[in-house]
Amino acid sequence: MAGNMNITLKVWRQKNANTKGKLVSYNAKDVSPDMSFLEMIDEVNEVLIKKGDEPIAFDHDCREGICGMCSMVIDGRPHGPKEGITTCQLHMRSFKDGDTITIEPWRAKGFPVLKDLVVDRSAFDRIIQAGGYISVNTGVTIDANAIAISKQDSDKAFDAATCIGCGACVAACKNASAMLFLSAKVSQLSLLPQGHPERKSRVENMLQQMEDEGFGNCSNTGACSVECPKEIGQEHIARLNREFIAAKASSDNV
Amino acid sequence: MKLDSKIPEGPIGDKWTKHKFKLKLVNPANRRKYDIIVVGTGLAGSSAAASLGEMGYNVKVFCFQDSPRRAHSIAAQGGINSAKNYRNDGDSVYRLFYDTVKGGDYRAREGNVHRLAEVSVNIIDQCVAQGVPFAREYGGLLDNRSFGGAQVARTFYARGQTGQQLLLGAYSALERQVNEGTVKQYTRHEMLDVVTIDGIAKGVVVRDLVTGEIESHSAHAVLLCTGGYGNVFYLSTNAQGCNVTAAWRAHKKGALFGNPCFTQIHPTCIPVSGDHQSKLTLMSESLRNDGRVWVPAKPGDKRVAADIPEGERDYFLERKYPSFGNLVPRDVASRNAKEMCDEGKGVGASGLAVYLDFADSIKRLGEDAVRAKYGNLFDMYAQITGENPYKTPMRIYPAVHYTMGGLWVDYNLSTTVKGLYALGEANFSDHGANRLGASALMQGLADGYFVIPATLSDYLAEIGPKAVDKNHPAFAEAVKSVKDQTAKLLAINGKKTANEYHKELGKIMWEYCGMARNAEGLKKAQKLIQELRADFWKNVKVSGEAEDLNPNLERAGRVADFLELGELMVVDALNRNESCGGHFREEYQTDENEAQRDDDHYAYVAAWEYKGDNQPEELHKEDLVFENVKLTQRSYK
Repeated sequence: MAGNMNITLKVWRQKNANTKGKLVSYNAKDVSPDMSFLEMIDEVNEVLIKKGDEPIAFDHDCREGICGMCSMVIDGRPHGPKEGITTCQLHMRSFKDGDTITIEPWRAKGFPVLKDLVVDRSAFDRIIQAGGYISVNTGVTIDANAIAISKQDSDKAFDAATCIGCGACVAACKNASAMLFLSAKVSQLSLLPQGHPERKSRVENMLQQMEDEGFGNCSNTGACSVECPKEIGQEHIARLNREFIAAKASSDNV
Repeated sequence: MKLDSKIPEGPIGDKWTKHKFKLKLVNPANRRKYDIIVVGTGLAGSSAAASLGEMGYNVKVFCFQDSPRRAHSIAAQGGINSAKNYRNDGDSVYRLFYDTVKGGDYRAREGNVHRLAEVSVNIIDQCVAQGVPFAREYGGLLDNRSFGGAQVARTFYARGQTGQQLLLGAYSALERQVNEGTVKQYTRHEMLDVVTIDGIAKGVVVRDLVTGEIESHSAHAVLLCTGGYGNVFYLSTNAQGCNVTAAWRAHKKGALFGNPCFTQIHPTCIPVSGDHQSKLTLMSESLRNDGRVWVPAKPGDKRVAADIPEGERDYFLERKYPSFGNLVPRDVASRNAKEMCDEGKGVGASGLAVYLDFADSIKRLGEDAVRAKYGNLFDMYAQITGENPYKTPMRIYPAVHYTMGGLWVDYNLSTTVKGLYALGEANFSDHGANRLGASALMQGLADGYFVIPATLSDYLAEIGPKAVDKNHPAFAEAVKSVKDQTAKLLAINGKKTANEYHKELGKIMWEYCGMARNAEGLKKAQKLIQELRADFWKNVKVSGEAEDLNPNLERAGRVADFLELGELMVVDALNRNESCGGHFREEYQTDENEAQRDDDHYAYVAAWEYKGDNQPEELHKEDLVFENVKLTQRSYK
């Protein structure tokens, strides 16, 4: 079709966690600008399967930018060249005929590669397990409107809560720090009165878990917020730092 | 087989309260002696696993994604209904009950729906306590909006990401239990069979999607919270991984499948752009609060929207349904959009779209106010289409979104296999032939937080805590049959990919079992599906290995099950000689082209029993009894 493109892909292929990987070239032919980036890879995979080759393994699910599953570093940028979107929301109209695109997995000690572009992000679950919740059992009988929460605080909490847990912040960070991910949850729960009883232990425990998982520390370069598909800002890291200092100042863990 | 819905006796408002009192309890000290398996971690699965863990049961939870938080409930946009009546606009538990029964075109159980409306108020309390950041007003209290099929504003929301926020609430409760040690979490594991001993569910077989290892797990009860089967149509608003495999394999082990043909086609989705398309994206129903749906009044009018003067536009929903206008229920809105396109009034390059226009709202409220309400949806639209919806009207078209059908369950959410339960979209029970907007989230959480903790304890108390015999041959047999199927798929080495079969099946389903159906088309579809299925098992090409991360193999197994389910949906649609809700049989319509029910002959749940490979399934009927709501022609005029 007129307007369709031919693209060269250089894709990271790695059999499993124990083997070395390398970049392999593929041709994506007759790519429509209306295709999503992942649909372009689908087509490449169909050709590979028919040849009896293994398709490129990659994580993806909702394909509408909310589940946080897709995770590709495209030409050196987590989720590709456009800001404020996930890989699955990237469309081929952002590229042009003849382009060469390099596709790699998230790279971080805390996210070991499982195969090709698929990495293990279970460390994020464990960070949440360390305290990313409010300890209430099912069966609460306090009316939802019993506590008024200012719209301003509620909106700020929401901004933090939009984190999709994709891990682009880690992939973008030169220290492979998970601080933006952590701060989104700490910030959300510290802005809401329901989160106050556990605010000290939450921030301490989650930070400890982050360290234990092998993620680096934050050196305030801000790359995470630039690459975050939900545009979670640096103010949440600032709030986490304040929470941490306040927690330490009055910590029970002396 | 006699179907017993176990709806309690007595007045509608007392049924659940009295039933709960009659249910047996398990002593807190004994609960840790029971193992429970929960499959799926969407709203129903996460909330059930967390709640049962809190009670002290030993829970194992499985999901095929890399984290429980990825389950497709995450993508629900618009909101969750609750009969709080914070607006003082006449809402009540009874009104939510009534609207839901009517919205479902009188094909849901009164008892279940009333319970759903009752617990809806607890759900909001629970979620707020967990820190779910619902939208608030300047006074600090919770905001509401209205949704299709209701004349009150009872929908609680978190911008256009309500599902995400509710799921993260349930997920955080679940992770808390993992930390407490009551729940063990298995991610990247897909359930491939139910293990039954003497017809009673005692475990599951799962495949570790990273290593390819096939394992079995035993338990006193198994809960399927595995979502709907909309992906049988290939193109739908579901996530890529959504599938019917867990439910279908349970069906083959004896669980009856209820109303498989009841599927919901959502009216406001971004239209198909080409053959490469892998999924369709929903634009939340909440947009119909402020957007106006229209087409050119004259067929074949190819002018761009801006060039069509007001007088030459047809705001067809406002014209035909003055009292509900753009907020008619989904089935009605979808059917009307199709009708307009069939008359040649469709817009866009394909002619398969209608406009959803915000010009009036932007004029009235200002662009900033519209952005505050719907910003993320407008951005999503712009990203996919390359058009700016603040300047030109959105183009929308109906797409498969939700399945009201599912595993048949009784009032306790038990399937016809003892010890096997189905929750959320995976069951058939609460939405009849059409689900109202913002009710899926409500049902998922109602089942998981409030219904199953009560009803499951009754079953567990009855069977006692004696450990399941893990060495029973049933486990080894189930593992072997799963391994055999995997080996079979890899050995065919044909010429067509699983994806190609899936696409073909989707086309058949959409053409003959989609928004409008007729007997002739359905018979044709049945034959086409049978042929396609036979060809699949001769000619599918699956590359890679069994003992490895192999997404290609996962896909092939799911498509194999869709190829069987598809036929049952067609058979069910053919059996139901009436139109109701999302099931529109062209032969049965009123003079005004509305769905024509036949309450005398079809006021029943069609529950299908599997009888063996390539054998016709047997129909069982559960008669629906309406003691409170009067059956009428549904009118939104």
